[in-house]
Amino acid sequence: MSLLRVESLSKSFGGVHAIEELSFEIKPGTIHSVIGPNGAGKTTLFNLITALYKPTTGKIFLADQDINGKKPYQLARLGMSRTFQNLQICMNMTAVENVMVGRHLHLNSNFLCAMFRLPQVVNGDRACREKAAGLMEFVGTGKYVHADANAMPYGALKRLEIARALAAEPKILLLDEPAAGLNASETGEIDQLIQKIAETGVTVVLVEHDMKLVMHISDYLLVLNFGKKLAEGTPDEIRANPEVIAAYLGTS
Amino acid sequence: MVAKLANSRYGGMAVLVLVITLLPLLLPNPYYYDVVIHIGISAIVVVGLNLLVGYAGQISLGHGGFFGLGAYTTGILTAHYGWPSLLALLAGVLLVGSLAFLTARPILRLSGHYLAMATLGLGIIISIVISTEDWITGGPDGMSVPPFQLFGWQVYGEKIWYWIIGGLLLLSIWLALNIIDSPAGRALRAVHGSEIAAQVVGVDTVHYKVLLFVVSAVFASIMGSLNAHYAGFITPNQAGFFHSIELVTMVVLGGMASTFGAVIGAAILTLLPQLLSGFEDWEMVIFGLILMLTLIFMPKGLVPTITAMLKGNAK
Repeated sequence: MSLLRVESLSKSFGGVHAIEELSFEIKPGTIHSVIGPNGAGKTTLFNLITALYKPTTGKIFLADQDINGKKPYQLARLGMSRTFQNLQICMNMTAVENVMVGRHLHLNSNFLCAMFRLPQVVNGDRACREKAAGLMEFVGTGKYVHADANAMPYGALKRLEIARALAAEPKILLLDEPAAGLNASETGEIDQLIQKIAETGVTVVLVEHDMKLVMHISDYLLVLNFGKKLAEGTPDEIRANPEVIAAYLGTS
Repeated sequence: MVAKLANSRYGGMAVLVLVITLLPLLLPNPYYYDVVIHIGISAIVVVGLNLLVGYAGQISLGHGGFFGLGAYTTGILTAHYGWPSLLALLAGVLLVGSLAFLTARPILRLSGHYLAMATLGLGIIISIVISTEDWITGGPDGMSVPPFQLFGWQVYGEKIWYWIIGGLLLLSIWLALNIIDSPAGRALRAVHGSEIAAQVVGVDTVHYKVLLFVVSAVFASIMGSLNAHYAGFITPNQAGFFHSIELVTMVVLGGMASTFGAVIGAAILTLLPQLLSGFEDWEMVIFGLILMLTLIFMPKGLVPTITAMLKGNAK
């Protein structure tokens, strides 16, 4: 059984075919990476999978359920969570509150209950704050638990996004370039973090430019070029694929 | 220490309780009570509006309209049809709440400043209807409203209204603080911070924006109704565009996303026209100027800026 299945998916913006006739499957419990040169359609693919874009044609199934017509918040209920290439942190909130937003689906979010501060809401929030602080510790931003989000450095914010995504307790986590803009040692830490997440049973889908990172941690790779599937397979298979070498690494 | 007090939820409330309790000692005559009551009424509307504008980042230019609609519902039902005050107030809440819901539902699906445009139009329509339907509203001349009656008890006079409005102000602040510090409140603040991030963790952002819009409109409607009873006379100006701008200016000046700032903003902008009574014609210009200067030099508003300064000094 596949956790995520994409069937002949296409997306065009005007005359530009960002994704063309793409099909693939992601099995539960794996780290699956999507790689490809700039403009290959990786982020577009992520935005299609998380329903931020509507496909032009084709279908996407999450746990055998067609996501066509679903809103992003409904996908979160089905167990999907993601991070963004360009940070989407709420700078008007504290760091820990950002992560607490991630717990939204697991809390009593009723407006009236909140208004009158029912004990259920207060207790839920207290537990939520502890859980969020624990997650910040888990992703390595423990020292910022009491900080405002806008006082945190870039690298820590990237991790904070991961913590928020994890707070939703997803079955499948999509990470859009988690190592972009990070230095070598930070990238190494992200590498470890992703493996740690995968060990907890979360299926990880990764878009990443850092080839070393991708080859090291992925179980499977999907290589895109101009919106089409160029190759698919284990890191070893991809490394040996002449078409990939030509498109991604350049012919010499 | 002051900054710490201003930050904690009950610290600020305690200060306000103290101010409300002690203020009557400083008020020499009914005129001063009247000014303070007007501050309180605006402050409650602004506390509600601040939830929408300051915390969720949605602009409404129609809250004057909701205030006026509440006022006229109360005025018409009590003066012409002899309804009990409380029932008329609830009718206003129902009317304004449904109108806000019906306006917001289609518009808040879109992102951007469509809500500002739509509420601007809605506010103007409400004030035009009130002005033209003079057979029941009295038209531009306004209409008289009988005093508030509750189970045969008549609420009359500045001193009683002072305590009623003071109590309601505390209640509204308590409700607002409760909302902000809850899962629903975080979801709303996340809508401001990053709507897309809120959505992907499961927040139905449209639902929350609509709900909050309705809640803040209801705040305005209730105060419109009470103000009608208190003042005993209402005019279409209360529903006008200028009143809406005034309310937004109070939010911005006092401090976006600062509940106590809403009170300060309401106080300053209610007192200002009293002090500048010779410059009546310039009122709108002065308000515009305040809005602009605040946004340029103090974009976070008074209370957050001062709190940050105090925090800085404390370190």
